[in-house]
Amino acid sequence: MYKVAIIGAGVIGAMIARELSKYDIGVCILEKENDVAMGTTRANSAIVHAGFDAIPGSLKARFNVRGSNLMEKVAGELGVKYKKNGSLVIGFNDSDRAVLQELFERGNRNGVKDLELICGERLREIEPNISKSAICALYAPTGAIICPYELTIAAVGNAMDNGADLKLGYEVEKIKKTACGYELISGEKKICAEYVINAAGLHSDKIAAMAGDTSFTITPRRGEYILLDKECGNLIRKTVFRTPSEMGKGILVTPTVDGNLLLGPTSENIDDKEDRSTTAEGFSKIIGEARGNIKEIPLNKAITSFCGLRAVGNTGDFIINSPACGFINVAGIESPGLTSAPAIAEYVVEMLRDMGADLIEKKDFNPHRKPMHYFREASIEEKNEIIKKDRAFGKIICRCEEVTEGEILEALRTNPKARDLDGVKRRTRAQMGRCQGGFCSPHIVRLIARELGIKYEEVTKSGGESKINLRKTKGGERI
Amino acid sequence: MTDLVIIGGGPAGMSAAIAAYEAGIRDILIIERDDSLGGILRQCIHNGFGLHKFGEELTGPEYALRYEERVRKLNIPFKTDTMVLDITPDKVITATNSDEGIFKIEAKAIILAMGCRERPKGALNIPGTRPSGIYSAGTAQKYVNMEGYMPGEEIVILGSGDIGLIMARRMTLEGAKVKLVCELMPYSSGLARNIEQCLNDFDIPLKLSHTVVEIHGKDRVEGVTIARVDDNKKPIKETYEYIPCDTLLLSVGLIPENELTKKLGIKLNNITGGAEVDENRETSLPGVFACGNVLHVHDLVDFVSEEAETAGRAAAEYINGVKASENIVEITTDGNIRYTVPQRISGKNDVNVFFRVGKAARNVKINIYDGEKPILSKKKVRVAPGEMESIAISADIVSRAKSLHFCMEE
Amino acid sequence: MKRNLTCIVCPLGCSLEAELSGGEVVSVSGNTCPRGKKYAIEECVNPMRTVTSTVRCQNGSVVAVKTDAAIPKKHMAECMTIINNAVAHLPIRVGDIIIREVFGANIVATQNKE
Repeated sequence: MYKVAIIGAGVIGAMIARELSKYDIGVCILEKENDVAMGTTRANSAIVHAGFDAIPGSLKARFNVRGSNLMEKVAGELGVKYKKNGSLVIGFNDSDRAVLQELFERGNRNGVKDLELICGERLREIEPNISKSAICALYAPTGAIICPYELTIAAVGNAMDNGADLKLGYEVEKIKKTACGYELISGEKKICAEYVINAAGLHSDKIAAMAGDTSFTITPRRGEYILLDKECGNLIRKTVFRTPSEMGKGILVTPTVDGNLLLGPTSENIDDKEDRSTTAEGFSKIIGEARGNIKEIPLNKAITSFCGLRAVGNTGDFIINSPACGFINVAGIESPGLTSAPAIAEYVVEMLRDMGADLIEKKDFNPHRKPMHYFREASIEEKNEIIKKDRAFGKIICRCEEVTEGEILEALRTNPKARDLDGVKRRTRAQMGRCQGGFCSPHIVRLIARELGIKYEEVTKSGGESKINLRKTKGGERI
Repeated sequence: MTDLVIIGGGPAGMSAAIAAYEAGIRDILIIERDDSLGGILRQCIHNGFGLHKFGEELTGPEYALRYEERVRKLNIPFKTDTMVLDITPDKVITATNSDEGIFKIEAKAIILAMGCRERPKGALNIPGTRPSGIYSAGTAQKYVNMEGYMPGEEIVILGSGDIGLIMARRMTLEGAKVKLVCELMPYSSGLARNIEQCLNDFDIPLKLSHTVVEIHGKDRVEGVTIARVDDNKKPIKETYEYIPCDTLLLSVGLIPENELTKKLGIKLNNITGGAEVDENRETSLPGVFACGNVLHVHDLVDFVSEEAETAGRAAAEYINGVKASENIVEITTDGNIRYTVPQRISGKNDVNVFFRVGKAARNVKINIYDGEKPILSKKKVRVAPGEMESIAISADIVSRAKSLHFCMEE
Repeated sequence: MKRNLTCIVCPLGCSLEAELSGGEVVSVSGNTCPRGKKYAIEECVNPMRTVTSTVRCQNGSVVAVKTDAAIPKKHMAECMTIINNAVAHLPIRVGDIIIREVFGANIVATQNKE
């Protein structure tokens, strides 16, 4: 029996779990996939928004600004890369200028600090490679970038290090109200908790319905992206948005914390909550618009493209409420959801307290987690000290991103442990470089099989039926 | 200070080391990132290597072993499981391995022999899902030939490069069904004999002017949509066809692996993706040489070995203080010839200039001009973009020329 | 009857034309060397292929092998069945015979394995 069960290990579920692990209660995170951060968190723009977008008075506005203020500290504690690179919303004409003025005022009302409306010369001083036709911009120095799945992995890991449990491959299929709380049923398995937090992202409407709440629906909104090689990461420093129009926010161009350049997203409502396919139309839209933001984008340096699904609620705002005793919805967390996550987590803890949950702070809560990329960031002397203690750190497995065997083994041994190739990729960057795993994936498959104690041919790309190899070429057991 | 550091212990690195040794250099170090010498040949277990060099048909591992045995016999030092992280223009190399940690070596001369890598899927941006079951042909080759596992049973191959063709045969022999090979271009970039013995022998269709327009499947590939392309390589909607399969192999080209070369600030050629070199395979940075697939992608390992010997001997001369020739003639090409290697020659010796054409043709002439003046002409019965050609130019001709312009004419 | 062939003897890949009469090759054209002529005759009468694959070792790993001479093309599938059922014993040196007498050739190792 857990005090709190959180359904969904996206950034929201992860941050709530971490916040709750500060207290002396049993917390369990239930995730249907083979790893954390597999839904909306997996693929989005990776931006910590300053907070000038949301309508004043909305939950979005409230949590965005608070989240943006909290993020640097949280990232620091969790050892997650965070870069306050600032963002620009660029305008091309007088009507854009009017919209920017409106955003500027709205931002000020929301409490965003240091906003500035700037013109051509200052714009080019800040960002020399900006499109020639941009004439004005809203500059938000508090805008930042972060890696959403790195944040989520670190938050879940920190929660686990502080006592929280994580159940992967646990798809909640039925929810039963009992005398002392809820039963969360998945196939033959059952988990009981006094309080349930529905952070199931795209599927949060389905989960709410299981608890009898059919007051909202979630629509998946497809967002396609193109990622360019690190050679292009220095092309711009700021996150560059276009002025929003009736057509939406448009394509943005941003460096990532890992030094790549990210272009996207497209925006298209679809029906299938699992359909992450990219489209030819998406590519051309991204390319066409991104060219309008930045002078020259070397599209031949594209190393991958991908599609994310945003969980868009039908209320226009975040849906954070308690439709039934002991049951909390944290749903419809679309943009600026990533930014808002730390603030939402604080808020949900307060909700639980108001519901009467007995929350006593742990004395031994450790807010810190070893940075996931500490080896990569270390000096040569420090690295040599580590290699002396553990030879695996002297052996490079992923040559494009220079990831060592030691780092991969750590990803397989540190909470939340990677269980497949994509899990190793998200934690170490191995397979994420120019060759996209061409050289190193057979080595990593071997390491996964060894660490998990499974057969070589049982190793998957991302759980389920996503096997890498289907059989041995010749029969017989491998020793 | 080490006289000669060779980065890469594949066929190019080993040949270069042996040639430098035979030219009198003893203080040599080969640095190899994998756990043994041999490079990509170790996974190329098919035959067809060495006809030119040894007069017999060897498999990849056999060809590599001949050089490895020679390296061992000559006691040429090498470090395996060692990865070069950085090189500076003053030839200080930073590398790492488990025994020594991160260490630096200063070299008098460096030979770059890092080979090439396959063009990954992302560079192509094929629409659709991103399930398991999409591999570059070389990765599949490693799984099948070295690890002993089958990455797929029902296979579609995109691209008709030689590795893709070879893998069509390998996977068929190992019990998989290769449904078809799609090639975007109206011709194959693979060798004619590989189309014959890897596809035709097993009745595997080669669909020219076709491409994969969408990948289907959630966890694992469930199928692909293929389409014919028009003259501008745009897919034609009416020709869309769904092919059920569990695996998509990509054999869409090789890219010389020049990340270290870039760190050295060496001038690269846009078309080859490798350094620009003279006939000694010396790059724009004196004392740094490049050979093998890191310089330009070869069809035959025999020519890799030969090129590496040239680089090895030249590096020995450099170390021994022989001055490079001052008289350099630049080579330019017309649109029909995509590139030449070398890109500049001194005229000190007779040289063989390698080149690739941009389109398949029959009964053409390769004409070389010095300005407007024709100076050399050679007939070729058949040329194809997939097959490297060469032309011998005497020192005499070069020494009298100001520039050399290569043209392919009817 | 005429038959068009692509020579597989070397990377040149010459386009050959064989003139057949009553199952016999009477002339070959298009070849650059004598081996091409031999190939064309063989290909029309009894096509031969070298087979390369791997054999399982007793420790579960695989060792690369080949037929040390070309075997009749029609027997390739059967040859693979024999290779698939074999087990090699370590250590193995390149050239070691793994299976004797398979359609007129031996299956030999093409790599060393400790």
